[in-house]
Amino acid sequence: MSIKTTQAPGKADHLEGAPENQAETWYRGMKRIRVFEETVLENFPRGIFFGTTHTYIGQEANAVGILSQLTPPDVVFSNHRCHGHFLAYGGSMHALFAELMGRATGVCGGRGGSQHLHWRNFYSNGIQGGIVPTATGMALAEKFRQTGAATVVFLGDGTLGEGVVYEALNMASLWQAPILFVLENNRIAQTTPINLAVAGSLTGRFSAFNIPVIELDSSDVQEIHPVAQTLLGEIRHGNGPQALVLHTCRFGPHSKGDDTRRSEELEQLRRTRDPVLIHAPRLDPERRAAIDAEVAQEVAGAFTRALADPYPNPLDEART
Amino acid sequence: MTTVLASLNQALHRCLAENDLVFLLGEDVLDPYGGAFKVSRGLSSQYPGRVLTTPISEAGIVGVAAGMALRGMRPVVEIMFGDFLTLAADQIINHLAKYRWMYNEQVRVPVIIRTPMGGRRGYGPTHSQTLEKHFLGAPGLQVLAPTTAGNPGALLSSAILDAEDPTLFIENKLQYLEPVLDGENRGEFEIQELGETFSYRLTVNGAPPAVLTLAAYGYMADLARKAMLSLAYEDEIFTELVIPTRLAPLEISPILDSARKTGQLLVIEEGALTLGWGAEVLARLAETDRLHLRNCRRLAGKDTPIPASGPLEDATLPGVTDIQDTVRKMLQP
Ligand SMILES: Cc1ncc(C[n+]2csc(CCOP(=O)(O)OP(=O)(O)O)c2C)c(N)n1
Ligand SMILES: [Mg+2]
Repeated sequence: MSIKTTQAPGKADHLEGAPENQAETWYRGMKRIRVFEETVLENFPRGIFFGTTHTYIGQEANAVGILSQLTPPDVVFSNHRCHGHFLAYGGSMHALFAELMGRATGVCGGRGGSQHLHWRNFYSNGIQGGIVPTATGMALAEKFRQTGAATVVFLGDGTLGEGVVYEALNMASLWQAPILFVLENNRIAQTTPINLAVAGSLTGRFSAFNIPVIELDSSDVQEIHPVAQTLLGEIRHGNGPQALVLHTCRFGPHSKGDDTRRSEELEQLRRTRDPVLIHAPRLDPERRAAIDAEVAQEVAGAFTRALADPYPNPLDEART
Repeated sequence: MTTVLASLNQALHRCLAENDLVFLLGEDVLDPYGGAFKVSRGLSSQYPGRVLTTPISEAGIVGVAAGMALRGMRPVVEIMFGDFLTLAADQIINHLAKYRWMYNEQVRVPVIIRTPMGGRRGYGPTHSQTLEKHFLGAPGLQVLAPTTAGNPGALLSSAILDAEDPTLFIENKLQYLEPVLDGENRGEFEIQELGETFSYRLTVNGAPPAVLTLAAYGYMADLARKAMLSLAYEDEIFTELVIPTRLAPLEISPILDSARKTGQLLVIEEGALTLGWGAEVLARLAETDRLHLRNCRRLAGKDTPIPASGPLEDATLPGVTDIQDTVRKMLQP
């Protein structure tokens, strides 16, 4: 299978011997997100991050499986849970740490914080659902300008409560926008389980608008990747909007320390649905250990560097 | 004679002709209908691929326009009635007006949202309002209102072709029918364009120095100039009228300069009084050092919904005689 990838920093072939194969690249991609997010959660109590955070732990295979196959002109619009998407897209880990720490070197110079990122063709915003029309408009612009780009937008199960999502689905279908809607159903929104907030069918929400939809219950990057590839292929062939309903698991709290689920339930999820554990056995153990060591070093280095970076100067801000 | 409606319509034609990246989205904008107030008439016939009639989705189409703008296009959105802007408020405030700043100046969002406000047509509480005050003071959002004293079409086309920021372009249902005061229509008025301030100053031809400043925008400025004429001819009260066409960011200097000269100011708006544009104008003047006005007042819509019945509606919105009465009262010794 030949796939094009965005040039993610840290994805280069550091390993001794043979160049990194696809399984190793996926593993590295997921591991980078995992260790980044764990570092954020661990260090939050130190008071070095502003605001809050929504970690992607447990969902890494989604971002890596889908975004590793984008081409440079493609566009991504992500939501509040955007760190994993950003890193998988190829965003700088150091700049992301720095943004969370409110430093001048952050992705948006400290203005946006955790939920408001923009780099190259990656965008995120923290208003549930509101990004979906924007992403649809982006896809239409790419179509009109004939760039051949696909747009990918992420939304969660809880976000299905927002009406503007359906306005966007309707227009995406009417105008055949080249966009992939990725519904990451982790079955919970903040503390509200899906059965208390979402009635009816998930896939039906897309098929009602004549948007082809594939449903997948998997935390395996090797299963997610080809399905996303099929859907992106449809989009690139001019077959209009497509949807992917991904049943997935959030291991961590919604933000920090606000998980109301039973610990047995979480342990069960971690045993059976961990994307990193599912994929790890496919790697040669020595090479896996080498990747682990490199990722640990990369994250620690990015963290330390960001922590030493300067804060933006409010006086500069006043001048703009 | 060119009406405001024709001036705006011609501007849209010009913009679509001039730049392929200009798109128009709105409800019922296709010919032969051409939009509820006909501002978009003829556009879909001339530029079929770039004029999209949309579902009834005000938030959605404003959001779609934002996405188009982020990816290099220059979309124009028509919102059928200004009252429906509330449905798009989240998109406008949390999305369009935020992106440029929160992405650290890496993007621009040149979306123009045109919409007619205003009452006096008996449409009742949900189709007659003047709601722009709720959007004034949203950082990152430009708010424009054309005037017959200037060139409505030029204001619109420069926004569509050149604006860097999302822009609310506030029209008015009755103002559409007013003639633009170009050359021969100026009649009794002398009009001065105030440089870079997006503002105009009107005086009655040959009148002695003004004793009071009126400030108003949009259609209210047309009513104010009618009041000005009667005050001049019937009462020999001479006023000057300052008309801003950019409400946000607010440029106070033209109003301030005039009020400093006359010493008295009446700010007039059609929107409901409380926490409106006039409140901000007066607050700015109150904060100005060494400005001692003898008298300032606001005249605005009542703080109630707008009734459908003619006599009730008339009593709710400020009209020409209300302006005259207020000015006379202000000048009573
Ligand atoms: C309009 C809006 N309402 C509420 C919130 C607060 N909020 C942030 S994330 C979230 C839950 C979202 O759940 P879901 O869509 O399932 O995504 P997940 O967090 O599970 O990834 C809520 C309620 C918000 N950011 N925006
Ligand atoms: Mg969820």
